[in-house]
Amino acid sequence: MKFKNREKEISDAHEARLESELGEVETFGGSLRRMCRENRLALVSAIIIGLFILAAVFAPLLTPYTYEEQDVLSRLAAPSWKHIFGTDEAGRDVFTRMLYGSRVSLMVGLVPTAVSMLFGAALGIIAGYVGGRTDSVIMRVADVMLAFPSMLLAMVIMYTLGEGIINIFIALALVNWASVARIVRAETLKLRETEYVESARVSGVRRGRVMLRHIFPNCIPDIIVLFTLNIPSAILSESSLSFLGIGIRPPQASWGLMVNVGRQYLYTQPWLSLIPGAAIMIIVLAFNFLGDGLRDVLDPHLKNQ
Amino acid sequence: MVQSIFKRILQTLIVLFGVALLIFLLLRIVPGNAIVTMMGEHADADTIARMTSELGLDQPIYVQFWKYISGAVRGDFGTSYAVGKSVSSLMAAAFPHTLILALAAAVFAWILGIICGVIAAVKKNGFLDHLFMGVSLIGVSLPVFMAAMVLQYLLAYKLHWFPISGVDSWKGYVLPAIALGWNSAGSIARLTRSTLLEVLQEDYIDTARAKGLRRFGVITRHALKNAMLPVITMMAVQLSSLLSGAVICETVFSVNGLGRLAVQAISGRDIPLLEGTVLFSTALVILGNLIADCLYTVLDPRIRKGA
Repeated sequence: MKFKNREKEISDAHEARLESELGEVETFGGSLRRMCRENRLALVSAIIIGLFILAAVFAPLLTPYTYEEQDVLSRLAAPSWKHIFGTDEAGRDVFTRMLYGSRVSLMVGLVPTAVSMLFGAALGIIAGYVGGRTDSVIMRVADVMLAFPSMLLAMVIMYTLGEGIINIFIALALVNWASVARIVRAETLKLRETEYVESARVSGVRRGRVMLRHIFPNCIPDIIVLFTLNIPSAILSESSLSFLGIGIRPPQASWGLMVNVGRQYLYTQPWLSLIPGAAIMIIVLAFNFLGDGLRDVLDPHLKNQ
Repeated sequence: MVQSIFKRILQTLIVLFGVALLIFLLLRIVPGNAIVTMMGEHADADTIARMTSELGLDQPIYVQFWKYISGAVRGDFGTSYAVGKSVSSLMAAAFPHTLILALAAAVFAWILGIICGVIAAVKKNGFLDHLFMGVSLIGVSLPVFMAAMVLQYLLAYKLHWFPISGVDSWKGYVLPAIALGWNSAGSIARLTRSTLLEVLQEDYIDTARAKGLRRFGVITRHALKNAMLPVITMMAVQLSSLLSGAVICETVFSVNGLGRLAVQAISGRDIPLLEGTVLFSTALVILGNLIADCLYTVLDPRIRKGA
């Protein structure tokens, strides 16, 4: 009898261990739900980001003005019911420009980051899996890109291409792919040694297919986490470039540009620069918290990288 | 060890060459006619032709590249279009400002970051831990220009503690250095906390405590020594973001450093000046990383012994 108990104990322990090992096998939706349950900060951040997205999408419905409409009689007006964030030096409604500026920030956060993810992941997988000369060529180019202070490289590219949102997309994608490639390559090197990749290779699956069907899907958690964590830095880069006057082309509204113009009125109309500045900070903070939350549920080992 | 350092130096030279090539390609090849962008659309054909040959832009690309690269090696980056002085003399005048600013920011970030990180780790999940980690995350998310402007508004304009702009005395460096170091302080604090927490789990820490060392001694003499290795790597990585941030900080506080020179080069469409400042700043970052790597090799016995 005693023996039976012991046996049950062992099988229970075994089951518990199996369960904890299988804990890795959680659906993506399950991970998200767990994050929302356990990490309030990430949930609040996701809601804030959602609000910004709504503001960006429905900007024309939320304000009676357009972003370049000038009310010459009330320039530099303090916040009031008519203009809740006041007006700028050309008499444009600051609230309206904030709404349209959120379009720029969100697009700059998403588009170049997505592009750099795509290229960075593809190059990282190819470099890691193919190896040899391909690997060293790709990684040396990545080394060169990573050697630059990112701001200076982005400035040089913007100088060459000229102002405008499409050029910002190109500049930031060019600046950011290398770090993605480096991380994805490291992951690929690990995956290449796993048994299932080896068995796929041995059973004659072609190289491209191994990379696409066996390696890439296993890099997706890394890529999602990197994606969310790179969004805030892209938003910061755009606002810095626009702040220096080599980002968004006026009169289009960008928060960084608004801060730059508002800087001349810092001592008399501080809200002109502080409101867009605070908006940049809030959205960057929200993406950082969300990224941290996603990393914790999807990919805990990335934490120290 | 010597061999690995030598290999690292060789790699660095290759990367430096790649950086120089990329800058050259971006600035000389892609934008079409540099002279037209520089002189404006309305310059007459004679002026354009004269300027083109004066600057050597009518020569074949490989001749231009050779001139550029051999000049850069000798420290000759050509003459600024806009100012008319040699780029190297302009950079020599600007460099000390950026150096002092970056060093001050780094020292500020390291001291604040490490102290806050250590306190947060020791008081894990305590009030100070949450406070420091919350503030550090705000630090990481705060754009440099916002930190700069808020400091300028509160401490310079409202309280008159520091000058609003310019670096006529040491006081002028204080605000830009804080604004610039703020970001790095946040990430250093977070990293110090997490590595220190890991190290504090090790057995040798218990041993040190058991043999009667005081808590303070254990942390400073035993734990920190090991926890600092990743932090040193991060400091080197941050050199690059410090120089990126310096561009903004110098603009806000009117410090005539390398970053401001690069911004002026862009608004003045001054290609040699832009080339020179970007190449020089990037070379500085690369050199800083090389030194950090060598330091790391020397500091970490596991690497030193070639394990």
